[in-house]
Amino acid sequence: MTAHPDTVPRTAVPARPVLARLSCLIVQPVLTRVVRRIAAQHPTLFERLGPHQGTDFVIDPVDLPFALHLRPDPRALVFRAVPRDAVPPAGATIRGTFLLLLELIDSEEDGDAAFFARDLEVTGDTEAVVRLRNALDDVDGSIAEDAAAMFGPPGRAILARLRRAYQT
Amino acid sequence: MSLAELICPAGTPAALRTAVDAGADAVYCGFQDATNARNFPGLNFTPDEMAAAVAYAHDKGTKVLLALNTYPPAGKVDLWRQAADAGARIGVDAFIVADMGVADYIARTHPDIRLHLSVQAAASSPEAIRYYCDNFGVKRVVLPRILTIPEIREIRREIPCEIETFIFGNHGLMVEGRCSLTNYLTGQSTNMDGVCSPASDVEYARHADGSMSSRLAGFTIDCFGADEKAGYPTICKGRYRAPHRPDGYYAFEEPISLNLSRLLPELIDAGVHAFKIEGRQRSKSYVRGVVSAFRQAVDDIRAGRQANIADLVALTEGQKQTQGAFETKKWR
Repeated sequence: MTAHPDTVPRTAVPARPVLARLSCLIVQPVLTRVVRRIAAQHPTLFERLGPHQGTDFVIDPVDLPFALHLRPDPRALVFRAVPRDAVPPAGATIRGTFLLLLELIDSEEDGDAAFFARDLEVTGDTEAVVRLRNALDDVDGSIAEDAAAMFGPPGRAILARLRRAYQT
Repeated sequence: MSLAELICPAGTPAALRTAVDAGADAVYCGFQDATNARNFPGLNFTPDEMAAAVAYAHDKGTKVLLALNTYPPAGKVDLWRQAADAGARIGVDAFIVADMGVADYIARTHPDIRLHLSVQAAASSPEAIRYYCDNFGVKRVVLPRILTIPEIREIRREIPCEIETFIFGNHGLMVEGRCSLTNYLTGQSTNMDGVCSPASDVEYARHADGSMSSRLAGFTIDCFGADEKAGYPTICKGRYRAPHRPDGYYAFEEPISLNLSRLLPELIDAGVHAFKIEGRQRSKSYVRGVVSAFRQAVDDIRAGRQANIADLVALTEGQKQTQGAFETKKWR
């Protein structure tokens, strides 16, 4: 895949480097725990990724102060929060609001419909994105709920509050 | 009145369970190879997954139809035969086929399992359909999306098998099973490899003015303005410049989905036995929403009530819907 010369990244929340780095530091322990738990609970997810287990995905929740870097290699999982000015070279990038991305992970929203509506943006290796989507879609239940449940009632309460906040 | 079975898509085991739980009468799905027309990355079933899926569906009284609806390249039929044998061992309820050689193999080797004729066979005349019925024992034909309801009624009177029609999803209007547009640009065949616009050849780019272009194998096939809804990156729904249309226009078909929710009673009256929902490549969310909506509608009609179907436009391509040729051949 080659980048088109006039291709530009979508403008995300205004860059505030200190806030972004602080946010990354706060959420990183949670992300590490969550991704290990998901990998342990859903090992078949990796089979659908096939050759893209080693692809670097950048998941960009445009309304958060940082992006996420995912490399879904079961032997060396990477899932980390990164400031936008330090995002690694991406094999594929997926952009949308945080709530939309959360609902796509849980199949509460349809990815194709979000793409048709222009709420979801995909660049880079389209096959990698399709494989990731199909792998996540074959997971029963809610990944977000499972992740929240790891942190007990406070985790569930935070997730519910997040959803309410985005829906209002 | 026909049974108006609801035939629903599943691209993964989880989607199959979702379709079954949402009220599908039958679910159609395929293996992870070129034997079916949705041979997309990360999609479809291993034989073990298929066996578990069939057990789940049968436990809930739902049938499973195995799509073997691509065409083997000349002399390379083993993959299709092995898939048919695996399906028979697993206990699928029917095979959906397009190729005469595949149909012949199944008719001879697994004569107790129903054969359905895929839309990929593009059989749209009584003569063509009767040929498949007479020679291979086909029990049901999936009609191309190019016929009006009066034409379907006429065909029904002249054929000895059941009719299945699409009611929602892709509005595919090419001569199905014969389309070579993807092959022309990418070298991969929709009909033999099972891939229309393979994801490995698709690229999206966002531009400074907020527009987004979609490209297949390096060829730009559309560029959506900042406020425009988007469609799939398929050549048949691309927008092109031509000497007489320098601003670009949809030369074949525009991004739009079929939605026949308002025509269900007429289709049943015309003798349609089964309603097919397209979208094995779509998510569980799509399957849950569309199957539930049509389950309710079909149940309402069966009970003699007015069907009041949910608004599904948010799930349609380009966020536009049409009744296509089923309403009139002048739909554009």
